[in-house]
Amino acid sequence: MRITVDEQPRQVECGCTLWQLRRQCCPDADVVVHNGIPTASDATLSAGDRVVFVRRHSTDAAAIEQMLRARHGDKVYRRLARASVGIAGVGGLGSAIATALVRAGIGRLIIADCDVVELSNLHRQHYFIDQIGLPKVTALRQTLCRINPHITIEAVNTRLDADNIAAVFAGVDVMIEALDSAESKAQLTTVWRQQQPDTPLVAASGMAGYASSNTIRTRRVMHGLYLCGDGTSGVDGGTSLMAPRVAIAAGHQANCAIRLLLGLINPDEE
Amino acid sequence: MDITVNGQQRTVATTTSLADLLAAMNLNPQRVAVEHNGTILSQADFATTTLGDGDKLEIVSFVGGG
Repeated sequence: MRITVDEQPRQVECGCTLWQLRRQCCPDADVVVHNGIPTASDATLSAGDRVVFVRRHSTDAAAIEQMLRARHGDKVYRRLARASVGIAGVGGLGSAIATALVRAGIGRLIIADCDVVELSNLHRQHYFIDQIGLPKVTALRQTLCRINPHITIEAVNTRLDADNIAAVFAGVDVMIEALDSAESKAQLTTVWRQQQPDTPLVAASGMAGYASSNTIRTRRVMHGLYLCGDGTSGVDGGTSLMAPRVAIAAGHQANCAIRLLLGLINPDEE
Repeated sequence: MDITVNGQQRTVATTTSLADLLAAMNLNPQRVAVEHNGTILSQADFATTTLGDGDKLEIVSFVGGG
């Protein structure tokens, strides 16, 4: 009969039990999930059953792949694992976006920024006291590798401009604008749409302060350009950026990127 | 003449440039990305781009913070 093991189809004999299957597939599994429910007792398998074996204490590439595949399903896992995403700027938005995308299982990230970690970043950006003084892209790569050391992270410590953006982010499937100033956001958006019209861009505008979370949204504003934020809450009026709303906007951007990668929206929709 | 800006109709004088339109809308030209009839324009072209009747513009205005 046919069942699925770790989201992969597998043929087993009638009467096969969970524990027999564990001996065959993953003898060192310490958690067995049978049809979505962790179980501690053996049971006879039925056709169509779904079984996931978890090795809680293993962190090698195969274990992480198995964990992601078991949670996302094979199709979503494979699409994200072979995807490449560029992030311009790794401040409050970019560091949170990168963290979310690595946790979700994106296979390759290119992160670019020219700043170093400062004390004044720690109230909203995903850095730590012991990283002060490091280039942000170096510090972030360290942190991301603590989540998943097996993905490809290209850390580019440079100031982005019209002449290097396309080269730095060559080959990405989705580009994310996570810069700080309104001028650099406008410039990157213009340059990317001109030079890479076929690669969608997810930009952000308006996430300062502590207005309602629900005013932050994702909308398509022109072909291949998605804008996340409330559109109006900037730092220019003296309003400070606070971790929650920045993280909400970052979550919108990361989710928009995943939806684009999964083909749930195309550059002319939403 | 009539143009469409971000999906909304707007009446402007016949010799209006894109820079004039941005000024009338109180937008900082360095903080916008503009699509004019499907083409993304560089900021350097704003002053020399003259608008025509029926033109369609998408103007994305950014605020700071990230």
